[in-house]
This record gives sequence, C-alpha cells and structure tokens, in this order.
Amino acid sequence: MVLMSGAKALIEALKKENVKVIFGIPGGAILPVYDELSKESDINHILVRHEQCAAHAADGYARASGQVGVCMATSGPGATNLVTGIATAYMDSSPVVAITGQVPRTLIGKDAFQEADIIGITTPITKFNFQINRVSEIPGIIKTAFYIASTGRRGPVLIDVPRDVQTEEADVEFNDEIRLRSYKPIYEPHPLQVEKAAQLLIEAERPVIVAGGGVIASNACQELVALAEFLPAPVATTLMGKGAISENHPLSVGMLGMHGTVAANHLVQDADVLLAVGMRFSDRTTGNLKTFCPNGKIIHIDIDASEIGKNIRPHVPIVADAKRALRAIYQRLVEKAQKKEKTAWLRRMQELKEMQEEVVKSNVGGDGIKPPALMVEIRKILPNDAIITTEVGQNQMWAALYLKVYKPRAFISSGGLGTMGFGFPAAIGAKVACPSVPVVDIAGDGSFIMTEQDLATSVAWKIPVIVIVLNNSVLGMVAQWQRLFYGRRYFAVHLGGIPDFVKLAEAYGAQGIRVQSLEEFRRALKTALNSDVTTVIDVPISSEENVLPMVPPGQDIRNLMLS
Amino acid sequence: MDMEREEKLYMISAIVEHKPGVLHTISNMFRRRGFNIESISVGVSEEPDLARMTITIKGDEVVVEQLVKQLRKIISVVRVSILDPKHTVARELALIKVNTPDSKTRSDVINYTEIFKGHIVDVAHDSLIIEMTGDSEKINAFIDLMKPFGIKEIARTGIAALPRGMRSTRME
Ligand SMILES: Cc1ncc(C[n+]2csc(CCOP(=O)(O)OP(=O)(O)O)c2C)c(N)n1
Repeated sequence: MVLMSGAKALIEALKKENVKVIFGIPGGAILPVYDELSKESDINHILVRHEQCAAHAADGYARASGQVGVCMATSGPGATNLVTGIATAYMDSSPVVAITGQVPRTLIGKDAFQEADIIGITTPITKFNFQINRVSEIPGIIKTAFYIASTGRRGPVLIDVPRDVQTEEADVEFNDEIRLRSYKPIYEPHPLQVEKAAQLLIEAERPVIVAGGGVIASNACQELVALAEFLPAPVATTLMGKGAISENHPLSVGMLGMHGTVAANHLVQDADVLLAVGMRFSDRTTGNLKTFCPNGKIIHIDIDASEIGKNIRPHVPIVADAKRALRAIYQRLVEKAQKKEKTAWLRRMQELKEMQEEVVKSNVGGDGIKPPALMVEIRKILPNDAIITTEVGQNQMWAALYLKVYKPRAFISSGGLGTMGFGFPAAIGAKVACPSVPVVDIAGDGSFIMTEQDLATSVAWKIPVIVIVLNNSVLGMVAQWQRLFYGRRYFAVHLGGIPDFVKLAEAYGAQGIRVQSLEEFRRALKTALNSDVTTVIDVPISSEENVLPMVPPGQDIRNLMLS
Repeated sequence: MDMEREEKLYMISAIVEHKPGVLHTISNMFRRRGFNIESISVGVSEEPDLARMTITIKGDEVVVEQLVKQLRKIISVVRVSILDPKHTVARELALIKVNTPDSKTRSDVINYTEIFKGHIVDVAHDSLIIEMTGDSEKINAFIDLMKPFGIKEIARTGIAALPRGMRSTRME
C-alpha cells in the first residue's frame, strides 16, 4: 500500500500497462492528471487539435501496432468530441482506452459546468466503461480496462475520472489481479466443430476463404495462408481483412462486396464451401443476404459468439480465436491428408482474376490522372512495409481495390462506421507507433477538410506523414450515388470554397505540392518520402469518376457494374 | 441449420452484477438491437452483489438465441439461461384498484378475490386494492373479471421465475 493521489495512481497504473504515449487535450476536469503527466518522463503526451483526432490517433496507433492506444480528454465537450472516434474503434474492434475527466463526485447529476453523461453516451459504443468512485479502485480498473480492450473481440473502453478522485489521496495497492466474474473470452475451438469444418473442406470442390479483420487482430495471417495453400482455396478479404494475405499471392483475389473484385464476388457466389473467418457478414460485404453464397456450406469462425447466426446461419459455427481455429483445422487436414482435385476451380479463379485486370486497364486510360492508375503508381513507389490509411468515400474504395497491400496492419481504414476525417489522424497515430515506416493517408478533399487542423499536430510533434488528396471538388462517393441512382440530380455535393491545399499545408509549416500528371506525382511522392515534414500532395482529378466495379446496394454481389 | 421460426413466449433468467448502470446497459442493448421485451423484473439474488433479472420476450428461436448471445456479451452479465416453461415456476404480482361504489359490487369483488386467492390490501369508501400473485394467465383472467366493475389503476411487477427442484440457473 502506498499513499498517493488519484492522479498519480492513474499515471502509475498506465505505466504498468506499458503505455508510452497518450493523445489528448487537457481541460479543467482532467488537470490534476495532466499535472502528474507533466512530471512523467516515461509517457509521452501528444497534444492534438481536436479530441476526435486524439481518439482516431489512438486507434491508428492500435491498429498499426496491435497494442492498446490511449487518448485523454476533459469532461463535457472534450469527452463528447471523442465520441466519433470511440464509435469508429468500436465498429472496427480496435483496442483503445479513452480516459475522460468528470466533474467532482458531489456535482455529478447536477448539470454542473462541463458535465456530460459520458458513461451513458458511450455505453452502446464501448466494450465496457467505468466511472471511478474511489482512489483505491484505480489500479484494478486500469488493469481491467486494458485487459478487456485487448482480449477477446478487442474494442474501446472508457474510464471516466471525477476531478476530486484525481486530487484525493488514499492508500493504493498495485497487483495483477483482474476481478471479472464472467468475462472469459473463448479462445480454443471445439474439437468436434473443427472436425466438421475439416471434413467439409476435404469434400469441397470449390472452396473459398473470406478473411476479415479478426484474422489480422489475432495475428493469424500465416495460419490463413497455410490453410489456403494446402486446400488450395482462393482467399477474398473484407475491407478490414485487407492485408491478411499478401495481395501478390496467387490465391489472393482481393476484396469482396459492394466494391468487390470480379474474382472475389463471383468465386464466393460459386463456392460449395465458404470458410469465413474473423468477419461479420456486413451488408457491404454480402450484398443481398438471401442470394449470398447460394449453394455453399458456410463455416464461420469468430471470437464473438453473438456474431455467429446474427446475419447468416452457418453450417459449422466455431467460436474461437482465429489463429487457434485455423491452426486446428489445418492440422486435421494434414492428418487426414485428403482433398479434392481442383484444377477447374483454380482455372476459373485465374480467368476471373484476368477479367478483374481488364477492368483495371479499362479504368486507367484517358485524360488527366485516373485514380486506379494513381493507386498503381503509389504502390510502385512505396516500400512494401509502408502503412496506408484512408479517408472515406471513393478514395477509400479506390485504395481498397487498386492499391495492393502485402502485409497485415499496413492498411488502416474506417470500415464499420465509415468515418470521414479518420485517415489523417489515424496516420499520425500509426506513424507514432511505427516511426521508421512511411505512412500515407489516401484522402478525399471532403474528408481531409474534416480533420485537417491536425496538420498542426504533425508539424509541432514532428510526426511526418504523407497526405495524398484526390481532389475532385465534390463529395465524390455521394456524387457517384446521385449520378448512378438519383438521375444525376447532384445536390449538396459540390464543395465550394475548398482551400488551396498547398497553401493550407504551408500555413501550418508543412509541405504542399500540387501535381498535374503522373510524372509530377511520382516526383512529388519521392520528395515527400525523403522529407522530414508532413507533405500534402494535391492531386486534381475529375469530379465525374466512378469507383468500379460496384454492386448497387441490396443486390446480388454478382451484379457488378463494370463501366 | 433449421431453427424454429415460430413465435412464442420465452423466459430468460440473467444473473447480473448488482451495480448502478447495469440495468441501463441491458435495456439500452434491447432497444438498440430491436428486441421487443414483454417484461423485465429485477431484484437482488441469493448473493448480495448479484441481481437476478427475469426477461420475457415473444419471439422465435433465432431471435431468442441472438438475445441470449448479446446478453452474454455484456461484461456485467454473469450468467444467462433460457428457462424451460415445463420446469419453471413463474409468478407475477399485480396490484389492482377497483371501483366499488356500493356494497353489492364491494361484496362481489371480495368474493372473486377470495376465489382467486388474492388479498384485499387497502379499503377506501368507493374502491379496494387487491393484491394478486400467480402466473400471468391467472392475473389476466382476474383483471378481465374486474373490468366490468371499473378498474382505476393497475401495477404489475412483470414475471419473476426460477427453475424447479434441482435444476439451477447457476449451471449453464
Ligand atoms: C463524418 C461523415 N459524414 C458524412 C459521411 C457520408 N459520406 C460518405 S462518402 C462521402 C463523401 C466523401 O467525400 P471525399 O472525402 O471528398 O471523398 P471522395 O468520395 O470524393 O473520394 C460522404 C459525405 C461520412 N461517411 N462520414
């Protein structure tokens, strides 16, 4: 037992969790914690310019490193500004711990200055949340919060700390005990289910694997590839699963769904056995659920039991950690040493992949800079381990479709919530986690404007990232829907008053470069890679571009529009 | 997998941490996921730091299975089981205030209450309050019987339930 203030206990507890960096903005209700933080050399605090960016940066840090990301804000508006970031992390199962100040215990419920019910507000968008009532609880709550955030299906946890708990002194004890009565994330797959899955895969003539973000979260990528190669089976990914298999791998067929590749969408629909792992059959992935994988038996592996049967009833449900489940199935397959001959199926995969290449080519020519060609150029110039983040909209889907990713955790995008403004602060967080690797945000002009103020953070803290703005002067994806499904009735999509991104970057002390051709772009990106300051590359593109292929919402994913 | 898609009434027993905010978390989840709950009753259980919640919901097997999984996912929920109606004691308490403007209606109401093994718990000049416990069917039947007299107010607790005999909600 040691006598210390709540603020000190909080910092000590964070150090025990190996926290190296906190993204945040101070304010009255969290000042005692900041005062302690100022005396602390083991934890670096990065002052951002909007709390939303603190949460996204913590999220980007977590996704790039696999470690818990931490953000901090004051009560009331500070806490509510975190909300979009917390919801983003929740939808994509990212381990983030958010710490908020709160008004003193005696004022809670009295509508005190800067009081917001952040516990109530974040209940549906956190895996769990805590309000600390006593100093002595602090070590246990911090330990438990990190444990919950980083185990099972990962996710954000919020800790609300009343101001007087921060200043009060009490005896505190640090131990490693986690007291949770019921939280026992299931890890081991049930042997009987593994056996059933193995049997289905042995008999499969047209197997397909769909890998989601869970494969990356559980570091199961090697197991995934081993299983795919053994069968062999084509591997499609969801947006969140991009990078689970190298997109150079002969069995990789790219993303599945609304903006899926020709190969991924057709193979999944033709499959006789579908092994879905660490994914949740979201509407963007399945299209019309009733016609999804119509003749296939589905094996669904997920660590969250509530995902199984939520959207699709699998033939073989497996509640387990993806890594262990894939390994167990692989071992059974190796022991049984049987499988069906698949020459025709693999030939079909090859044909479909070639059709996809044709789509890429037909979308590359013409005047001006074409986004698919730009993605191909970016890939050629960036080193293999570079981290790519995206904003939301066409930019995101072009990156997902045409920018090949070779490694897990090298593609970071807001999949579930689709949060515009995520990519840039997430890039800052990723760069803090992986300082030796180039980090590039593929942005749209509309999205970048939403969090562009954090150029100041990247300059002030010397966190150089590269922002490539696909500048089409419109909210491009919305415009695409209006063009395709609303008779070209464009409304509220033309972004008047877009700043000059070169001048904007320069105003913050960053570097800005505008390019008019692919040749200029190549030079600009190389300059950016060699620069030690954040670079914004402004790439004017036509406002009439469509992201293709596309499946109209709610339709069978075979109904791909190709032009 | 084939599952029953026929709607019926399910009773679910959940042991949850007896802490502020837990009921909010659970009812918020029901709202957000669109589960249509018939009734919820909550009270402290045999362990003082745990509460027992009895939830009744009309739905099919698929819906109920999803509800149970979503409940289990909540970190403050300790155990969840679906109660088998054949092996469950389920009771509800209702307080019913009935108009009794004259002695004839008063004695009729008292008679019916005795037949239903209820209690008169409050007597006023022109009304009575009846306490009735039993399964929901019995309570519904009694309420129907009282309607012609003129019901002023009703308060029902919702169903509380326990498995019979050796069965226990402690085991999954
Ligand atoms: C915060 C937020 N607001 C609104 C939307 C709806 N929305 C989806 S895509 C999009 C347009 C994005 O425009 P831009 O960032 O310029 O990217 P582009 O599609 O042009 O590549 C909008 C408004 C969203 N996803 N997120």
